[in-house]
Amino acid sequence: MINRTHNEKAWLLVLPVVILVAFNAVIPLMTVVNYSFQETFGNNQFFWEGVKWYEQVLNSERFHQALGRQIFFTATILIIEIPLGIAIALCMPKKGIGVSICLVLMALPLLIPWNVVGAMWNIFALPDIGLLGRMINGLGIDYNFTQQPIAAWLTVVLMDVWHWTSLVVLLCYAGLCAIPDAYYQAARIDGANRWQIFRFIQLPKLKRVLIIAVLLRFMDSFMIYTEPFVLTGGGPGNTTTFLSIDLAKIALGQFDLGPAAAMSLIYFIMILLFCWVFYTLMMRDESEQ
Amino acid sequence: MKSPRWLVPTLYIIFLMLPIYWLINMSFKTTNEILGTFTLWPQEFTLENYRKIFTDPTWYNGYINSILYVVMNTVISVSVALPAAYAFSRYKFMGDKHLFFWLLTNRMAPPAVFALPFFQFYSAVGLFDTHIAVALAHCLFNIPLAVWILEGFMSGVPKELDETAYIDGYSFWRFFVRIFIPTITAGIGVAAFFCFMFSWVELLLAKTLTSVAAKPIAATMTRTASTSGYELGLLAAAGTLTIIPGAFVIYFVRNYIAKGFALGRV
Repeated sequence: MINRTHNEKAWLLVLPVVILVAFNAVIPLMTVVNYSFQETFGNNQFFWEGVKWYEQVLNSERFHQALGRQIFFTATILIIEIPLGIAIALCMPKKGIGVSICLVLMALPLLIPWNVVGAMWNIFALPDIGLLGRMINGLGIDYNFTQQPIAAWLTVVLMDVWHWTSLVVLLCYAGLCAIPDAYYQAARIDGANRWQIFRFIQLPKLKRVLIIAVLLRFMDSFMIYTEPFVLTGGGPGNTTTFLSIDLAKIALGQFDLGPAAAMSLIYFIMILLFCWVFYTLMMRDESEQ
Repeated sequence: MKSPRWLVPTLYIIFLMLPIYWLINMSFKTTNEILGTFTLWPQEFTLENYRKIFTDPTWYNGYINSILYVVMNTVISVSVALPAAYAFSRYKFMGDKHLFFWLLTNRMAPPAVFALPFFQFYSAVGLFDTHIAVALAHCLFNIPLAVWILEGFMSGVPKELDETAYIDGYSFWRFFVRIFIPTITAGIGVAAFFCFMFSWVELLLAKTLTSVAAKPIAATMTRTASTSGYELGLLAAAGTLTIIPGAFVIYFVRNYIAKGFALGRV
């Protein structure tokens, strides 16, 4: 860690960033805060409403259900993607031409525009013209994600695993590459088996990148919008209507500014709170060791 | 239990490639073949879908628009993030920790929250439907990310480098441009890669902030999908073409991708 000197002039270096981000974040955020306390009947007339919208959103069945689906979805993909990502990273070649091939091919899904991911999975999974849909139906399982809630749910989860596991793999791979050879040699002398090497050498060294991986995957899956919107449109029914999709329906579809703004803020605060708590807990754990 | 190690990555890569293969496969088929029969590869191979995209201005302008705002965003993000990351890695100043956390919180803001206010705000300042509007809007999440990544790389450069340069009589900016930036080119590459990536894949804000003149390719696709019904071949061809810039960029930074986040400080 670099020993940083005290220098208030450093503010000048940060200033451009602060101005640009403030321009983008503070002004729109204040607009949202503004709407969340007011009622409008069009014509730019606004009336003070206090916390009415917050009460309405927090008590609405619709919000509870969307939140429940969201939490369940995020938990599912974290449980699948994190261990899978670690496992794949552990099996990846360490040197040679294989590394480049693996990295380039694995990073590919990360660079496909999100709506293309949705569209791609749509035509991949459609029961009549899609490869996946045909294969599953060929096995004798009745599968149609446009009509069956469970199939739709599983397809969205599979799509997310396809889309984002590579990020976890890349992070873990980077973490693994940073472990010096001496550690492995020491372990070999002590006669450690494969599991012990993983548990006592690799896992502790991976902790930092895993924190980043969990945080990034949590944030991004909690904000997921485009891919399920294109794939299922939030349906069938409301099965795959996650928080962002619901929010966009209220704000851009129904133009209910007040409730949408209140929901936005509750939503944003939840993400912030989770990230903060998770990060603090992980870091406190680290300082205790 | 001595299973070959390469089996796991291989299976995983096959799983990754299947949907991509299907998309490319579709893009060479005629609409009749897609809807009429189920074939694993194109029976009547056609380039018609691609020809349409390259001759119809609404299609190819979409690509030009997307690439324009992505490049603008990458340049803006990285160039303002450089001095800021330097400040965070070298100096203590009032509120530095809070500021760093505040920057990161913007990476956590769901774009859906900002879509409507952005639309109103950019319309009010007269930037609606311009490339720069999308480039600026994407700064919301790309600047914090770039600062984060660059700060990680810069903390790896020993401070003696700065001190020696100052003793040798370099001014701050001369040192920064002539000596410091060349030493962290890898970091700049990684930061630019991630800015490019997140700006290229984002659609919600890009779609909200544009209508005709700066419409991104991804939005053109959405509209085609909904208005002209089942032109799946065309859609697949457009999708295939959106993968190419990404693949191109990955190839250049392949040796640095993995390092990108790992060196960053949480």
